[in-house]
Amino acid sequence: MKNFLRLLTIIITLFGFVGVSSAAEKIEYLKTDWSFKGLFGKFDRGSLQRGYQVYAEVCSSCHSMKYLSYRNLSEKGGPEFTVAQAKAIAASFEVTDGPNSDGEMFTRPGKLSDKFVMPYENVKAAQAANGGAYPPDMSVLVKARGDGANYIYSLLQGYEDPPVGVTLDEGVHYNKYMYGNKIKMANQLSDGLVEYGDGTSATVEQMSKDVTTFLMWAAEPHLEARHRMGFKSIVYLIILTILVYFSMKRIWSRVETEV
Amino acid sequence: MSDHDYTPKSKVGKWFNDRLPLLTLANHLTDYPTPKNLNYWWTFGGILTFCLITQIVTGLTLAMHYIAHADMAFESVEHIMRDVNYGWLIRYIHANGASMFFLAVYIHIFRSLFYGSYKAPREIIWIIGIIIYLLMMAAAFMGYVLPWGQMSFWGATVITNLFSAIPLVGEGIVTWLWGGYSVDNPTLTRFFTLHYLIPFLILGLVVLHIWALHVPGNNNPVGIDIKKPSKDTVPFHPYIVIKDGFALLMFMIVFAFFVFYAPNILGHADNYIEADPLVTPAHIVPEWYLLPFYAILRSVPDKLLGVVAMLSAILILVFLPWLDTSKIRSAVFRPLYKQFYWILVADVLILGYVGAMPAEGLYLLIARVATAYYFLHFLVVLPVLGFKEKTLPIPMSITEPILGGSPNFAAAKNKESLDNK
Amino acid sequence: MADKKTKRRDFLFTATYAVGAVGVGAVVWPMIDQMNPDASVKALASTEVDVSTVNPGKTITVLWRGKPVFIRRRTQEEITEAKSVSMEDLKHPEKDEDRAKNPEWLVMLGVCTHLGCVPLDQKGDYNGWFCPCHGSHYDISGRIRKGPAPTNMEVPKYEFVDANTIKIG
Repeated sequence: MKNFLRLLTIIITLFGFVGVSSAAEKIEYLKTDWSFKGLFGKFDRGSLQRGYQVYAEVCSSCHSMKYLSYRNLSEKGGPEFTVAQAKAIAASFEVTDGPNSDGEMFTRPGKLSDKFVMPYENVKAAQAANGGAYPPDMSVLVKARGDGANYIYSLLQGYEDPPVGVTLDEGVHYNKYMYGNKIKMANQLSDGLVEYGDGTSATVEQMSKDVTTFLMWAAEPHLEARHRMGFKSIVYLIILTILVYFSMKRIWSRVETEV
Repeated sequence: MSDHDYTPKSKVGKWFNDRLPLLTLANHLTDYPTPKNLNYWWTFGGILTFCLITQIVTGLTLAMHYIAHADMAFESVEHIMRDVNYGWLIRYIHANGASMFFLAVYIHIFRSLFYGSYKAPREIIWIIGIIIYLLMMAAAFMGYVLPWGQMSFWGATVITNLFSAIPLVGEGIVTWLWGGYSVDNPTLTRFFTLHYLIPFLILGLVVLHIWALHVPGNNNPVGIDIKKPSKDTVPFHPYIVIKDGFALLMFMIVFAFFVFYAPNILGHADNYIEADPLVTPAHIVPEWYLLPFYAILRSVPDKLLGVVAMLSAILILVFLPWLDTSKIRSAVFRPLYKQFYWILVADVLILGYVGAMPAEGLYLLIARVATAYYFLHFLVVLPVLGFKEKTLPIPMSITEPILGGSPNFAAAKNKESLDNK
Repeated sequence: MADKKTKRRDFLFTATYAVGAVGVGAVVWPMIDQMNPDASVKALASTEVDVSTVNPGKTITVLWRGKPVFIRRRTQEEITEAKSVSMEDLKHPEKDEDRAKNPEWLVMLGVCTHLGCVPLDQKGDYNGWFCPCHGSHYDISGRIRKGPAPTNMEVPKYEFVDANTIKIG
């Protein structure tokens, strides 16, 4: 028992180190209460819908989301737009299809089954239009950065003047939370930039929170199902463990009495 | 062992068993005499079997949807995560299952190190185990390449490049491994094939591992042979089955926690960025279970010697039954060895930690010291200790600690733990 | 006394087995369900076809759920012929109006109901389709008239979303 506890302490410490070392930056990110964190975390539907609006109006001109489909917008566990709303969103985009019977590619309005249309044809086109920097695809961006949600939330609010002695090249901006502090994306958010459909005040902080929530869902669309299933699974396992424990004690009681 | 005396109860059973003695085998496995004093460190063999089956089943189902092509691999994994029914669940079980597999195998190995399970007559079981461990590392390494993220690509590049350290033929071997002039699609497709194959090789070796075990029977915490099967052992079913079941359930709770609540914490965020041959990540690190070897590799400044050191660190284990000269099996009765054992545990954990850090400054120094100590433990400490150590008197038999004092297990355990001080 | 103990022991073991079995079932289901059509496949369950360029007497073939669908715009003679066939002459009796709600348009799966080959257009003895694999003849309503096929070519769910577009599925 003593050995077991020793080993458990060592393992927990090690995992603690691993967790700490993965957040290599010493800087503290801005924090907020994320509805999706924790054992019972869920997405705030309103925040997801507002977040989609921010993505659509501000980010999508440069950032693609190529692994999302328009139908995802109306599926359970996400922004849960109505099917009609999702269809309308899809139809507002032109999708390349074909070849037709003449052998040519053509464009048509988007359908629910289509993937999100990309702002640029390919990575090189995106780089060319953005001073050599590729605006990363955002489908899994939150998972592609350590402490992703807090990182993106902070970065969007982290633009400030460079400290004394730091000079920036043409087209480069200073951001307090960006890895290396230099970022080619200019500050995108300003108060009131977007007019929220539900009347929420579109402050920079609010938009940062909403779009980050949306990005979290985009990266983990099944988060709510995962949490629900996790709760049921662990409760089930605990119950079965207790039953098996008592069965074990019952069976092993025969051994001791024989001695 | 009177395996051959078994006759099936039913006529059909007897007819079948005469032609293929599966029922005899099943009877042997259920009646198999197991020492009654095994503690929970012995449950990890069963847990490992569960891990292997889990990885095979989830791997098979993933393979129905995964596309092993550089242009489609990353996307196919996202397709699994988003569109395939329960795809996210199967993927997270498989990815975290690999970590759980290694957690279990390290506990299993360290159990053997503590209780001398590698000693005669169990040397072959131990060596088969080392081979299984090597295959596990190969399978895990190749599996990690398959999603074709940044870590997949660059981890593959770094590790395959190691082979260029071999004099004369090194470069040729690397090109041969890659199927090209860099890690690219040919590398991915062959890694997928081999990743699919290896678990079945492991399965075969596990059968041999258990077969070899059943010849002498299990070791046990006091490390002495079974004197009287009727007194010292219990039949595997139901006693060990239920105990292994209980331990497995506890293990599954930990597993479930990772899968459902922290599915990406053991991975690396960079692997959610698609592979880019033109951009190297700031810190290339393997998965946590390979970190100690990564640390050893980087602690040696010479490329070839670093590779040699890393491989030696694993291969040295093959010679362990002969390096450890002690006649006493279990560390329970070897107070000095016990101290060195815990220092080794700490040493391996330290190696793991510095393996995740940049290979410079204080981290590099610690890695070098820890690497040197690791080899010192096996090459110097163990052989010397066998001769020099004053061991504690060992009991007459497994049940003797009970007969020698109180009929109460608790009191006997108390006596054992007092000895442990 | 021993009896009570046995009852309690049996209940414990029975309960453990039962709870365990539930878990096994819960684990097995995702493994089976992952082989069912995934969300992206289900999203493509229906196809919209532009038929504005299809003149009377012409058949086009489109792909729907991976299979060919024949869309024929029938001429007046063909419609009259289709409607005039007596039910006794049919192996699989089906009225033409039940197969083509709008008699001008025949929409059906271009898959022979015998063993799955694709029948050839405007061939065969009944002015319809002919399957070269084993010699099934279909009429101008897609009904089996001669040969080994057991049933008429299947009519999928479809509707005209507007004058020029048919949505299949």
